[in-house]
Amino acid sequence: MLPIVQHPAAAKEFVNDPNRSRWHDQALWFVRSKRDKQAGSLPEWEYLRETASGIKTHTIANMAHYLQEFERNATARGAVVHWARDAEHHNEIVLRILRDHKTKRIVKSKSMLTEECGLNHYLEDNGIDVVDTDLGERIVQLRNEPPSHIVLPAIHIKKEEVGQTFHTHLGTDEGASDPKYLTEAARGHLRDKFLAGEIGITGVNFAIAETGGLVVCTNEGNADLGTSLPRVHIACMGIEKLLPRQRDLGVFTRLLARSATGQPITTYTSHFIGPRDENSELHIVLVDNGRTRLRESETFRAAMHCIRCGACMNTCPVYRRSGGHSYRATVPGPIGSVLSPTRDQNSYKSLPYACSLCGSCSDVCPVKIPLHHQLLAWRGELVGKKLLPASKRWAMTMASYLFRFPRLFRLVGKVGRFALRILPRWATHHRFNAWTIARELPDPPKETFRDWHRRHRTK
Amino acid sequence: MPVALFVPCYIDQLYPDVAIATLELLERLGVDVEYPDDQTCCGQPMANTGCDADTAPVARRFVDLFADFEAVVCPSGSCVSMVRNHYGAYFSGDDAKYQHVTSKTYELCEYLHDVVGVTHLDVKFPHRVSLHQSCHGLRELRLGQSSESMTPRENKVRKLLNLVEGIEWVEPDRADDCCGFGGTFSVNEADVSAEMGRARIADHCGKGSEVLASADMSCLMHLQGLIRREKNPIQVMHVAQILSGRPLGAA
Amino acid sequence: MTMETTKSTQSDTSARQAILDRIQTKRVDIPPLPDVDPERVIQFDQPIDKFVEMLAMVGGQAHQVDSQADVRGVLDEIDVFKTATRVVSLAPDAVAGTIDATQVDDPHELATLDWTIARGEFMIAENGSIWVDGDTLPHRVLLFIAQYLAIVVPRSQIVSNMHQAYERIEGFGGRFGVFVSGPSKTADIEQSLVLGAHGCRKLQVFIVGDM
Repeated sequence: MLPIVQHPAAAKEFVNDPNRSRWHDQALWFVRSKRDKQAGSLPEWEYLRETASGIKTHTIANMAHYLQEFERNATARGAVVHWARDAEHHNEIVLRILRDHKTKRIVKSKSMLTEECGLNHYLEDNGIDVVDTDLGERIVQLRNEPPSHIVLPAIHIKKEEVGQTFHTHLGTDEGASDPKYLTEAARGHLRDKFLAGEIGITGVNFAIAETGGLVVCTNEGNADLGTSLPRVHIACMGIEKLLPRQRDLGVFTRLLARSATGQPITTYTSHFIGPRDENSELHIVLVDNGRTRLRESETFRAAMHCIRCGACMNTCPVYRRSGGHSYRATVPGPIGSVLSPTRDQNSYKSLPYACSLCGSCSDVCPVKIPLHHQLLAWRGELVGKKLLPASKRWAMTMASYLFRFPRLFRLVGKVGRFALRILPRWATHHRFNAWTIARELPDPPKETFRDWHRRHRTK
Repeated sequence: MPVALFVPCYIDQLYPDVAIATLELLERLGVDVEYPDDQTCCGQPMANTGCDADTAPVARRFVDLFADFEAVVCPSGSCVSMVRNHYGAYFSGDDAKYQHVTSKTYELCEYLHDVVGVTHLDVKFPHRVSLHQSCHGLRELRLGQSSESMTPRENKVRKLLNLVEGIEWVEPDRADDCCGFGGTFSVNEADVSAEMGRARIADHCGKGSEVLASADMSCLMHLQGLIRREKNPIQVMHVAQILSGRPLGAA
Repeated sequence: MTMETTKSTQSDTSARQAILDRIQTKRVDIPPLPDVDPERVIQFDQPIDKFVEMLAMVGGQAHQVDSQADVRGVLDEIDVFKTATRVVSLAPDAVAGTIDATQVDDPHELATLDWTIARGEFMIAENGSIWVDGDTLPHRVLLFIAQYLAIVVPRSQIVSNMHQAYERIEGFGGRFGVFVSGPSKTADIEQSLVLGAHGCRKLQVFIVGDM
């Protein structure tokens, strides 16, 4: 069983270090601002979102058809398609391919799916040397940390800390923290890894049913280097990555990078259709891992639209202050808080509450997932399953009672306001009152609006 | 048929002047307004916690209480959004009373802009003002264009405030970042909530605003709590107070 | 060396069936698949100007030349080209290379490549990208492993947006194709943009009038 994540406690250290949380907030806001500029440059932005959402809704509804069409076409083009029930099964399939090729060294480009499945650790435990080649992923891998963001894995790490990590692992100059210098060092280090890699593993941004092709988007070119040197390419994808037709990519390639990083398109948008040549292999692993179950929920199905752009993280005021690690999940932020409880409700029950319901995520999402409404819906599900602490449920039951009986409501209000007026400050402002840890209580007025109204307006 | 004034529970108890200002403003504009005496709460605190069984009777009570009015006007976007966008879970779609109340409940600025069509207000407020756009007013009621959305919308709150003489607008860097109140979020996630609020205050103060104005008093209650604790040189006021001609510092 | 391709096991086959069964058991209303209305998406009156602007924004450099013969002159002004010794050219009418990539068996031999001069099929104005067809590359890695990349593309071949781009490659039958938008880049360290992550450090695009 997974441990229970308490988001407020997990966020505490990060948010209460203003140097870090404000720096982190600013870095993500910068990305969000770039996104706004790019989105604003297209008069058809909202039309594209609407269309993307429509394409995804159609595809997910008709998923069995498109999966089989994809399999048929990919196979016809020479790829081998594997189906994995869950994370464990996915990892076994990948390991089997590696063992069949007697492979010890693999180069991997970013794949949130393999993070979700815990592939790296599984392979390492089985004696395989796994090198993450995305710079951000490599940084967190060397630091033995998980990524804190799905597009910007090392967004929580300061350049001085990267400098220290590279000094230890890559032998860069001590104290050096210039991003250009550090990136150059990583380029040299990873070039050697690319040249030594025996199999390349990538994620998949889009899979096209009509062609059996895959699209992988990167800025660094690491997916391309990682798959154009070795003979074998393993592409791992969740089944929701499907699109019916190649032309649907017109919509998604326009939305993805603009939403993710505020670029008009990623540097490389690579289309792989079958293996490289007659002497090469392309393995495609289609992974369920809870997706077919998610598809069955009317309330949460739209979360399968997600194209993993990370825009909801960049805009989320809670994520920006609490850091990605506070979610203790592969996918953090709003979409992660929707997806994580689908895996384990009890472990992740605090995540739907790590949200002020501001709705910014729903407005920024390029595929129109109603994220904040889904987070609200999760709260109802969790309460229904009695997963909310009894103290909180009781408080709400009492509140409900008060609001049903106006005389009682008025009496309690009166006592409360009176108490606030006469009690000494230490009795109201203390560490057990979460409101007053950082804030003052309002000054209680002498009379309520209702009292005033009775005095001034009652005929 | 008169129009009903709905005063959210915390405004009734803690910020009566916001409700008084709302009432006076509506009366001055010739609206036939009544205050149903037995009102309490829309049920949002329970609903946002996920306690649907505790919300249902409160929502039903609300609908029963307000069913006989032409419209319901409320000086809080958040409560209005609850009635308009979230009551559906507690009623059957063909419930006529529910249909009437959910479609005829208005946020104050929305009502003044869309229904009354106010074009003139004889009030002054010669101060540097910045607008805190409450998330629910903005993204659930669409009182203006949120910064994420590329669909152009006029800002109803700002348009009304522009009828007040003497306001000198001050623009924060972030037009609509959340203040961190979020109902029970403010105590559940007290640290993150406070940090979000401090960032908003710093943004508005840094631009030289004297008054942080908002159409949602709940955001302001949270921000005011932080401002008083940290002794920031800024005050909060509800938009209704400015529109009805209250002087600086009424909240 | 030939190896037997990893095939599916019985467990994979049953997973396939389980996934498909589970999907088919839960019927969901299927709304129609929307198409993009070409009237509702951006078009540019001066697509070349937009392309040049966007290419600069994504860190690339555009050179508008009359013919392929002019490419060499521009490259000769670039220091890192002057000193380059290992050059593969897939546009021999523009530049002669020093290595014949078709004679290279193992792509690893291209590790020390200085420059690749590649051919682009067409440009996309809205994002400064160029479609490169994998069939023009004797080795796919040429596009990614060279320290510097130049792409030669005919001026007449340009579309405004990605919808038109995919219309152009509808029915694409190759094994590989890529939209390249600027040089390889990363901002993974504190959001500081650095050009030259793993692929080319710089990208020169030659927009050729007569090609």
